[in-house]
Amino acid sequence: MTTVSDVNTHPQPLNTGFQPDGLGARLRRRYFRTPGNAMISLVGMAALLYLVYHALDWAVLKAVWASPDGTSAVCRDIAGACWAVIQQRWRIIIFGLFPYDEQWRSMLACIAMVATIVLSCLPWFWKPLRLSTLWCAGFITFYVLMRGGLFGMRVVMPADWGGLTLTVFFYAAGVLIGMPMAVALALLRRSEMPLVSRMTGALIDGVRSLPLITILFTAALIFPFVLPDWLQGDKIWRVIIGFALFFAAYQAEIIRSGIQSIPVGQEEAAKALGLSYWHRTGRIILPQAFRNALPPTINQLVITFKETSLIVIIGFFDILASGNAAYGTGEWSFAYFEVYIFVALVYFVFVFSLSRYGAYLERRMRFGQH
Amino acid sequence: MQMFRNRKTRSLAYQVAFLLILALVIFGAVHEASTKLAAQGMTSGFDFLHKSTGFRIGFSLIPFDPFESYLRMLWVGIVNTIFLGILSIVLANIIGLIIAVFRISSNGVLNDIGTLYIETFRNVPLILQALFWYAALTHLPPTRQAYSVFDSIFLSARGVFVPSLNVGGQWFAAVALALLFGLSLLAWFSMSRRFKRMKNRGVLQLGIAGLTLAVMVGILAYAREPGSDIFSVPELKGLNFRGGITIPPELSALAIATAIYGGAYIAEVIRAGFLSVGKGQVEAARALGLAPWHVFSRVHLPLAIRAVLPTLINQYVWLFKATTLGIVVGFADFFSVISVSINQSGQTLELIAILMAGFLIMNNTLSFVLNRVNKAIALKGTQLRT
Repeated sequence: MTTVSDVNTHPQPLNTGFQPDGLGARLRRRYFRTPGNAMISLVGMAALLYLVYHALDWAVLKAVWASPDGTSAVCRDIAGACWAVIQQRWRIIIFGLFPYDEQWRSMLACIAMVATIVLSCLPWFWKPLRLSTLWCAGFITFYVLMRGGLFGMRVVMPADWGGLTLTVFFYAAGVLIGMPMAVALALLRRSEMPLVSRMTGALIDGVRSLPLITILFTAALIFPFVLPDWLQGDKIWRVIIGFALFFAAYQAEIIRSGIQSIPVGQEEAAKALGLSYWHRTGRIILPQAFRNALPPTINQLVITFKETSLIVIIGFFDILASGNAAYGTGEWSFAYFEVYIFVALVYFVFVFSLSRYGAYLERRMRFGQH
Repeated sequence: MQMFRNRKTRSLAYQVAFLLILALVIFGAVHEASTKLAAQGMTSGFDFLHKSTGFRIGFSLIPFDPFESYLRMLWVGIVNTIFLGILSIVLANIIGLIIAVFRISSNGVLNDIGTLYIETFRNVPLILQALFWYAALTHLPPTRQAYSVFDSIFLSARGVFVPSLNVGGQWFAAVALALLFGLSLLAWFSMSRRFKRMKNRGVLQLGIAGLTLAVMVGILAYAREPGSDIFSVPELKGLNFRGGITIPPELSALAIATAIYGGAYIAEVIRAGFLSVGKGQVEAARALGLAPWHVFSRVHLPLAIRAVLPTLINQYVWLFKATTLGIVVGFADFFSVISVSINQSGQTLELIAILMAGFLIMNNTLSFVLNRVNKAIALKGTQLRT
């Protein structure tokens, strides 16, 4: 099907050799092409400068960075930001209620998981076996470090995890469980058996039309009713399963669209060669589908990271809750602004770098296809 | 075994097995649930809906007091959710359109502002933004030192106080409904192909507009409390404001956060629409001597919206779902009402079923209506030009 956006591809302007380059010329073209334009530019710049100046003044010039005595007395009469709250309370924001002596483990676990995420951005790892090995290894490292019980480390149950580490754990576990689920759902939905494909379709569409928070809530409250006791597990795992299901429902549709964008001839050729269903799927269909679906997949991963923040509603002590706790004492209650900005920055770093990477991949892939 | 060589038989067998396993799982779950409920001595069923709740709700569009039933409270939650959802979508759309225009404008500074906006607000979770705005709004000065705008709008930690008309809430709803109905009728008239060839279309449209206005004025005139001014302006009486409308910080925080966050997403969608409009269309409009504003409002914008409406519809449905955050700031939306009811009545299964059914119905209605709109105005066949 051709959509409007397919039809209207914009040809890049031809390079006619007429390039009056140089910074001045380019700036003039961008900001001061006509008198009206120049006026808008000036007003806009003035507004931006005003904003940037005040933000800088507040956040840097007039800010208090540290509190020598551990109280909020240094921030009593200042006009700027009180970053001392971060300096005093960063441990609770990052580690939550993890035992103080063991927080190095939480730190290491967090670094291991982030390293896993960064490593999986390298094309060398883009083989099913390598990628799954990497993720399983990273996840097991994380889990062992956090839970302890091995190598003489004290046992800390998931209920005591918190802060950024819990957010990262939730994300990694959700994606790790959700990805195979997504592949399974996508394949089931494409099944030639009407009953199977209809049922899967109903499940996927049902999950997709519910808000995530209702799914998490259901997982936390309904599973204890309908599952026998030996199957229930910890609350955190039930909620992770719900989270993974939600991710899988969206990701399954992305994979399915990736599969649909493969020319039919590919599968027919594989059939003609006598390949079995699993060979066709594993060797021909899925590798191409994943390649086609890479940009939306990264987009989905970015959205999913932001959505982990919803677990605070179910009562987990993730980075949002620990941020609330960080300014929730009488001592620091005025410093909500600084704490929220800090937490927002943490999210921003994760989300922005992931989405920039996605944009880079998209450019790279488009380049490869022409 | 020879039978299973046949593809049809095999597929039938698979499906029967699939169905059996599914039935087994469902039966097991139901059995487990009923044993557990029996063990806890709980009665299932929907009778509890008629019991009185015994607690208050901070903000509700329709009146509610603690003696009323759970059913009524759920209804309050649904109305609040729909209200917040529509408000957020409309605001997000306005912001999104402005930012999209910034992003495609030929002016460098406007581009930069648009990019800065999108990259800032799209990369921070909505719930964090809602908490942030809530904290900021509740840290405004108390009512006695409230900021005032022209002595008629007041900003304080207890909420924003704005002037209103001197009529009851239900009449307000009636006026809004009349306006909505009139506007959608007008939109239908001007967009649907069914009326393209009608001769007196303009007169008819004017008639509808006039009728809507008359109905609205009529309702207001009828509903005005006798002897009072038309406008009710908030006034500081003691520790609180009297008159006007109070917008509680919970509602404003959620509406602001969703509008800003959703606006960033919608801006990108609309921008894609603008970019997909063929250059020739815009150039042709310019060549015909249309003023820049007309080129934008009559050619560029309608084509862009038509191109991205399906994506935009998905975005609206998603935004509607995203507004379900009332519980973090204490706004009584559908989800938080359900959550409170579960805590109070203990009827978990029934209430979760209501929650799911409610959201399925609301979301599917929204997407159904919008998809009909899309079908009615989508470009077809020869209308597609580059």
